[in-house]
Amino acid sequence: MSDLFRIFNTSASALTAQSVRLNTVASNMANAAMTASTAEDTYRAKHVLFQTVIDQEDPNGVAMPVRVAGIVDDECEPIPTYEPNHPHANEEGYVFRPAINVVEEMANMMSASRSYEANVEVLTTARSLLQRTLQVGQS
Amino acid sequence: MSLSLDKAFGVLPSAVLIKARRAELLASNLANVDTPNYKSRDFHFTEVLAEVEGMSNRMKLATTRANHLTNEIDKSRALEPELLYRIPAQPSLDGNTVDPQLERAAFTENTTHYQSTLEFLDRRVSSLRKALSKE
Repeated sequence: MSDLFRIFNTSASALTAQSVRLNTVASNMANAAMTASTAEDTYRAKHVLFQTVIDQEDPNGVAMPVRVAGIVDDECEPIPTYEPNHPHANEEGYVFRPAINVVEEMANMMSASRSYEANVEVLTTARSLLQRTLQVGQS
Repeated sequence: MSLSLDKAFGVLPSAVLIKARRAELLASNLANVDTPNYKSRDFHFTEVLAEVEGMSNRMKLATTRANHLTNEIDKSRALEPELLYRIPAQPSLDGNTVDPQLERAAFTENTTHYQSTLEFLDRRVSSLRKALSKE
């Protein structure tokens, strides 16, 4: 029955990874309207990198949890807009805004929450299967 | 009369173990639904069960001496089935071949099979108990 127990490990790793992804989406959305006077000071959208890990306990087995390998900054250049009256405007009258597409972030958020739900479902099912297995022969 | 519990339960314990293995594999696929380059994997339940039970239709080597090599599968190792790759219906740019709907369906199907096998095992245990107990 150790197989069913390993599902907890695998699915929990996916839950952690997806919640990190949700966190970065939240951070991107919160900073979407942020302004700065230089391109360097502008917020860069963050993206998570997922990676499969081979379970140390079971190197030849089938359990393959997922982990967040890293969080990278978006490559897109900040968008300069000419707004000389803006308090953040530089000498030439430009304000820099991060190149964050809110619609894209929303789609990312939906995808993360769907994956999270799917893994929660797997966890619940695995738990009930284990409980049922323990009850064999009790009736 | 000697009572062999292995015989009494038949194929059911192996079936439960293989189904638990498959549940773990499908959970892995679902966990890696957004991992770039992850390839979705699965195995044939009936083939693995046939191997564990020694009923596989693969050719056996003819052996005339006890110390001849055979191609028979070690029962304990047969529970590490040969994992196959799923062929994606639609290729994705990041190299991931997990189709969440398909995996969910497979997981649900496997769960149902697991539960029904457990149910059979449960019935088998209770009928054995009934046979062994005095009225």
